[in-house]
Amino acid sequence: MQHDEVIWQVIRHKHCSYMAKIETGIFCRNPYNVTGVCNRSSCPLANSRYATIREPDAKGVFYLYMKTIERAHMPKNLWERVKLPRNYEKALETIDKHLLYWPKLLQHKIKQRLTKMTQMRIRTRKLHLKTREKIMTMPRREIKREPRREEKAIKAALLDKAIETELLERLKKGVYGDIYNYPELEWNKVLDEEKQLAEGVEEEEEEEPEIEYVEGYEELEEEEDMEDFSGFPTKMSGFNDDEHDSADEEEDDDSEDQVVIHKKEKRNSRKPDDLGKSKKKKRVVVEMEQEDGDLIRTLKAASF
Amino acid sequence: MGFKRKKGDGDGEEMESAGNKRPNFNGTERRRSVILPSMIKNKDKRAKVYAKQKHEKKVEKQKKIKARDAAEKQALELGEEPPQKMIPKTIENTREADETVCRPDDEQLFADIDADEFNPVLRREVTPKVLLTTCRFNSTRGPALISELQSVIPNSDYRKRGTYDLKKIVEYATKKDYTSLIVVHTNRREPDALLIIGLPNGPTAHFKLSDLVLRKDIKNHGNPTSHEPELVLNNFTTRLGNRVGRFFQSLFPQEPNFRGRRVVTFHNQRDFIFFRHHRYIFDVKEDKQSGTKGKDGAGKERVKPRLQKCGPRFTLKLVTLQHGTFDTKAGEFEWVHKPEMDTSRRRFFL
Repeated sequence: MQHDEVIWQVIRHKHCSYMAKIETGIFCRNPYNVTGVCNRSSCPLANSRYATIREPDAKGVFYLYMKTIERAHMPKNLWERVKLPRNYEKALETIDKHLLYWPKLLQHKIKQRLTKMTQMRIRTRKLHLKTREKIMTMPRREIKREPRREEKAIKAALLDKAIETELLERLKKGVYGDIYNYPELEWNKVLDEEKQLAEGVEEEEEEEPEIEYVEGYEELEEEEDMEDFSGFPTKMSGFNDDEHDSADEEEDDDSEDQVVIHKKEKRNSRKPDDLGKSKKKKRVVVEMEQEDGDLIRTLKAASF
Repeated sequence: MGFKRKKGDGDGEEMESAGNKRPNFNGTERRRSVILPSMIKNKDKRAKVYAKQKHEKKVEKQKKIKARDAAEKQALELGEEPPQKMIPKTIENTREADETVCRPDDEQLFADIDADEFNPVLRREVTPKVLLTTCRFNSTRGPALISELQSVIPNSDYRKRGTYDLKKIVEYATKKDYTSLIVVHTNRREPDALLIIGLPNGPTAHFKLSDLVLRKDIKNHGNPTSHEPELVLNNFTTRLGNRVGRFFQSLFPQEPNFRGRRVVTFHNQRDFIFFRHHRYIFDVKEDKQSGTKGKDGAGKERVKPRLQKCGPRFTLKLVTLQHGTFDTKAGEFEWVHKPEMDTSRRRFFL
């Protein structure tokens, strides 16, 4: 018995779970709905003779689904489906064939739906060929955590000091060559060091009291061009040479070797040692150049 | 029967003292002599016990500090060395030991360095040529940063993005003999990420950019000249860090012009890479430190470098490092940041 009217009355006026009311209108979320609007003529539940076009898996294949009154009592076999050809005109012909004596309204709506879906299909395929950015989200706690850690890292970094010490190191090592002339300072430093050696008075650390293990693993790009690393040995052994322009400085012209690792020793780890030696160490940066093992060994020997 | 007496009810104190007086049975079994405040159910009593414990701890700590100071002072007076100062634990001190930290005697490291992609640039066989561009949807801050980057990195060009695919841009740049490509990505109208691609087949590094300050927003900023800058790369300790450091190095020409007195710094601290751009000058200053310096008193001159900020400054954090040029789907990733890497506060990768 056809009881569409009853169904419609009940659904529309009481409750339909497929109905979605938005400010612009009332829509039906039933996947079998042709138009998508909640209407007496568009409701798949309230019309015993109904048809739609669906694309069941997102594969780009359209099917024509039809339901008739004769099968209204068998929900499992209610919808009969027909695969539509890829070609738009041929699909239209197929629809015409199958919905021959059906109400004109339904035929029209179905053809409209087919048009729309074909256009969508074309567009999706075009888009798929282009590259698009994918938006990824980060969990909130990470979004909050990052700036916090960054701030703390900035505070721990002491950037200005680090840069200044690095520049000073380069100046002392003679990387800048003769551009800057501070001879009296060099003499002062040299005298200082001699005095300290002699008296063995402990010297205050120059670096900031916050003991950061500055293993500045830095790479001096100008290494090759430069005169060179002034004297690790000159500093250690004799303080007679002027640090800037000693001709017998070690060369590091090898193009392979661009790695200079500064290892500033942990100041406080030295303290338990003999303080006479350790304080001398503090003045001098132990650089280990990678050229050959001999170099390292000799340097170490010289330091003791 | 009578109700069960709860442990802390009114008897907290008694129990505590009883606990303290409890004798040692041959040292084997011994109950805890200190009651945890959390074991006491009565809030009033619990608060009191806790306050007392805290106070005791504080008093103890103050005593220790005093004793230490007194010992130091005494030693100084007597002319001996003061007792060893304690080292405060910092995150850098207590960083988890990483086996990939580069050591100076690692031959394999040097072999790797010889064979890596930056070698031609770093050996001065090729001068670096950089192509800058933005992401597809542009905004106001993007090009501002780009123009500033152009002044920082010598020998750099800017091209508008259009809607080209990144892979196409990579091809184009390779054809035109660029050595690296930098893409500034914006999100919500702010530069957000930096994608540095080495060419021709160099690694791709994706950095998250944060905390950007443009030159015009810096007070008293200096104006960079066109001399080649010096580079300072700090704290790139591990193998990965070494690679990233060399990557940065390959963006800049290898002959810095010291007369220009420009320095560009990439400082790595806890996996954040801070980019700074300064002009420096060496000043001779009187060092007026007294007393602590020992015998030399005032009047000693020291050379101090003075820095003037210029140029943009920002923070980078490495997100991914990929072996070839940009290819998210088929590329071989050397390093990808995963959230599970953040679980330990003492573990850093660069």
